This record gives sequence, structure tokens and C-alpha cells, in this order.
Amino acid sequence: MSWIIFAVVFWLAMWALNVRLAYGKQTRLVKVVVPVLFGVTLLVLWEGLVRGFSVSPILLPPPSMIAARFASSLPTLWEDFVQTFIKGALTGYIIGCSAAFLTAIAIDRSDFLKRGLLPIGNFVAALPIIGMAPILVMWFGFDWQSKAAVVVIMVFFPMLVNTVAGLSAKNAIQTDLMSTYGASYWQSLFKLGLPAAMPFIFNGLKICTTLALIGAIVAEFFGSPIRGMGFRISTEVGRLSLDMVWAEITVAALAGSAFYGVMALIEKAVTFWHPSQRN
Amino acid sequence: MTKLWHNAAPVLTILALLMALWYGAAVALNAAWAKDKAARADTLLTFSELVSDTMSQEKPLLPAPHQVVKEIYKTTVLKKVTSKRSLIWHGWITLSATLLGFAFGTTLGILLAVGIVYSRAMDMSVMPWVITSQTIPILAVAPMIIVVLNAVGVSGLLPKAIISMYLSFFPVVVGMVKGLRAPDQMQLDQMRTWNASKSTSFWKLRLPRSMPYLFASLKIGIAASLVGAIVGELPTGAVAGLGARLLAGSYYGQTIQIWSALICAAILAASLVAIIGMIEKVTLRKMGMLP
Repeated sequence: MSWIIFAVVFWLAMWALNVRLAYGKQTRLVKVVVPVLFGVTLLVLWEGLVRGFSVSPILLPPPSMIAARFASSLPTLWEDFVQTFIKGALTGYIIGCSAAFLTAIAIDRSDFLKRGLLPIGNFVAALPIIGMAPILVMWFGFDWQSKAAVVVIMVFFPMLVNTVAGLSAKNAIQTDLMSTYGASYWQSLFKLGLPAAMPFIFNGLKICTTLALIGAIVAEFFGSPIRGMGFRISTEVGRLSLDMVWAEITVAALAGSAFYGVMALIEKAVTFWHPSQRN
Repeated sequence: MTKLWHNAAPVLTILALLMALWYGAAVALNAAWAKDKAARADTLLTFSELVSDTMSQEKPLLPAPHQVVKEIYKTTVLKKVTSKRSLIWHGWITLSATLLGFAFGTTLGILLAVGIVYSRAMDMSVMPWVITSQTIPILAVAPMIIVVLNAVGVSGLLPKAIISMYLSFFPVVVGMVKGLRAPDQMQLDQMRTWNASKSTSFWKLRLPRSMPYLFASLKIGIAASLVGAIVGELPTGAVAGLGARLLAGSYYGQTIQIWSALICAAILAASLVAIIGMIEKVTLRKMGMLP
């Protein structure tokens, strides 16, 4: 009982603090502290409620137990991370995004192709592509190659649609200026088209980070060697050791957030001129 | 008419190209098996025999489009709807989980968005976590949610709907926050000069103004819900639903079954998005936001 009271009191106190901070002076520190406090509060609430109501760890382990499990099985987690993230997701992400990028540049010159591919691309981007996973596992085998293939297909169309949209972001005055300079096609592509497309390209790249991780993990449900995050999650769920599953989810969440964060940082450096980056 | 043709011609051309590519790939991928079979029977295949064999295998690596269409026809029109082999039955199970999850997700998304727009504290503390929540590959967590809820005694529709909800609430939150903040200062000032209360300016200004944003998000959300429902069906052990058809097909190497489930899912996704698009058009026209 004392755990529940503690958790609720902690929650109320932190919320009051957050409200005070949010309506107070807006410094950089406050902008970081408020969401962090909220996150910590959620963890404390989780721990308190699980302990207070003595929820079975088979249903929902408390964060402390997950942390302990995380620390004690680092080698396994690292092996799974390499198999799923580095080999599967990252390879597929790089291949898929570059293929989509090159395709977009190729079809950008033809209005006909663009008008044909864009509606189809938009349509395919809304489809449950993850369903292709069993087929690709059948084609490319159980190892990471099939996972990379799933990721390639998953990221291709969102990236294509975004890049094509970006390449048409330059306006008529700018194109006219390039032609008065007598710029060749490649010159105006590299000096005008691509820089103008960068905000869209990075939007696509950021969307694809999550898709890549999801694709690589879910593809492992359809068959994988005895390592990998998806494999571990599905087998440990079967053995009801949920603390390991949560540790694996923590790795996935950290990897996903870091991947997204890196892309956002690169975006900030590349598109420093864009209004959304200035303030 | 010419305008329609102007829009449709490129799409149809690309579709025809894709179809040709599919047939070509089917021949190329299935040829090995056909040749293998012929070698064992000590016969030599002519080219036309080879092609026709690749199009009619029982478990091809890549089924030809007409095989998939035939399978879909067989499992939708020819089977009774209540039969466990009917794709309509499986599709309905997936669809009901999708719609329930979508309804939950949309409600949650709108409530969160209203909270975020009206409370600064909520904006600052919840918004970053809403964004982070999407970098967590929830689909990977799906089996756990299913199994755990099953252990508590909740099974069937609800666990799948929860996964759908998680995937569909995000676009709604982001879109609605943008939409509810869309009224500009002049419009807000106008409400103030009329001495409108907070709730009046919500119902008469912010909410109507956010409708275009809401519909754009709903289209993304429903597609995401469908993906969630399909993946949610995987760990239940291939009992029912389109996801179960995928899994069962992959266990037994029934490629035609996988492809027909996949195409059905695609048709379902496209029709759901189209329906929302239609509701959007009607609503916005009634509100006078469309010409």
C-alpha cells in the first residue's frame, strides 16, 4: 500500500513542479528538464504500482527488474543488436534509401514517369508492406539478408515519394536564374535541386529510421537464426521471461531513438538555412 | 475527359510495366523448379512449355498474377462467408480489430491534442514522449502484448485493437495539434472581441479549423491501424485473420495463399483510405471549406 501512496504522491508532486516550470521562465534547461521529469515520473509510477498491487513479474516486471536483467545480459543483447540492427536494418536502410534517392533523380527528369509513379508510390506507402516479410524470408533465407531485403522494400517508397516531392520544391524564379547562368543539368541539380530538396529528403530519412527497425525485427518472426532482437522477443515471450523481452525492447527503443536523433542532427547541420531550423 | 486521361495514362503505363515485370520475374524465378522437374522426368522443355509450367506451379517461388487472382476469386466468391477458408471471413476479423483500434487511437489522439494545445505543462512534458514513442518499434512488442493480455484473460479483438491504437494515435496527435493551432491571431482576437468563452472558441473556431488536418491524419492512421492488426495476428498462432493467413502460408510454403492475403490486405487498406477520403470531401464541402 505504501508503494502506491508513494507513487501517487510522487506523481502529483512532479506534476505540480512541471506546471510551475512550464509557466515560469523558458530557459533551455527548463525545456529539457520538464520532459525528463515526466519520463522519470512515469517510471516511478510504474515501479510503485507494480510493487503496490504486487503484479506478477510474468505479466509486467517493474523497471528495476528490467534494468537488472539488462545489465546482466549485455553480451546477448549486443549480439542481437549487431544481428538485427547493424546487419539487417542498417544495411537495408542504406541500400533502400540510396536506391530510392537515385530512382527519384532518374524519374525527376520525366514528367510522365513522375505523374505515373507518384500516385503508385503514395498508394504503396500506405500498404501493409510488412506482409511481404514471409515471402522475402522464403527467397533470401533465414539470415540477415532477408531482413535487409524487407527493410529495403519498406523504406523504398516513403523515401521515393519524399525525394520526388523535394526535387520539385525549387521555384520557377530559381530555375530561371540557373538557366540565365547557363548552368548544365548536373550543375543546377547539385547547386539548386538537391539543396532545395534536403528538408524533404531528411523528412523521408527520418520516417524510414523507424520503418527500418520495425521491418528488421518483424521479419525475424518469420524465421531467423538463433540470434536477433525479433527472435529473442518471440522466444522469450514463449518462455514467459518478460524481463528479457523488456530489456530487448529497451535496446530497440534506444537504438531507434539514437538512429532518429543522428538523422535529426545531420539534418540540422545540412539544412541550417531552412525556417524550421532557425529560431 | 482529356484531363482524366492526362492523369490516368502515366499511372496505367507504370502499372502495365509492373505487371510485365511481375510476369517476367515469375518466369525467371520459377524456371529452376520447372527445369528440375523436367530433368527428373527425362524430358526436354520447349520454351513455351517452360513458360506455361512456371505459370501453373502448385507452390511457385513467385506466383503469376492470374494465379493470385484465381485464388482470391476461389476464396472469396466461391467459398461461403462463414467458412474458415474464406478470405472475406479472415478479412472481416482483421477489419474489425482495425476499426476498433482506429476508433480508440483517434479518440486518444484528439484528447491528447486538446490537452497539449490548452495546457502548456502538458505540451512541454508529453509532446517529446509522444514523438519518442514512435521511435520504439511497437510492432516488435506486439507478441508480448498479445501473450500478456491473453494470460490476464483478455483475448480476441482487444489486444489487436490496442496495437492498432498505438500505431494510429500518433498521426492524429501531431495533425490535431497543428490543426487546433491553425487559427491565426486575427481570428483568435475576433473571438475575444465577441467575448467568447474558451469552450465557445474551441467549438466554433479551433475545431472546425482543424478538420482538414484531422482528415489528413486519419488517412495515415487507418493505414497504420491495419498494419497493426495484421502484425497483431501473427503471435496468436495463426488462428484467424489476414495476418494468420500470411503466417500459415509461410509455414506451409503456400505462396499463392500468402500473395492472396497480401493483395486482400492491400485492397482493404486502399478502400479504407478511399472511404475516409470520401467522408473528408463531403464534410469539408458541407463546412464550405471546399469549392
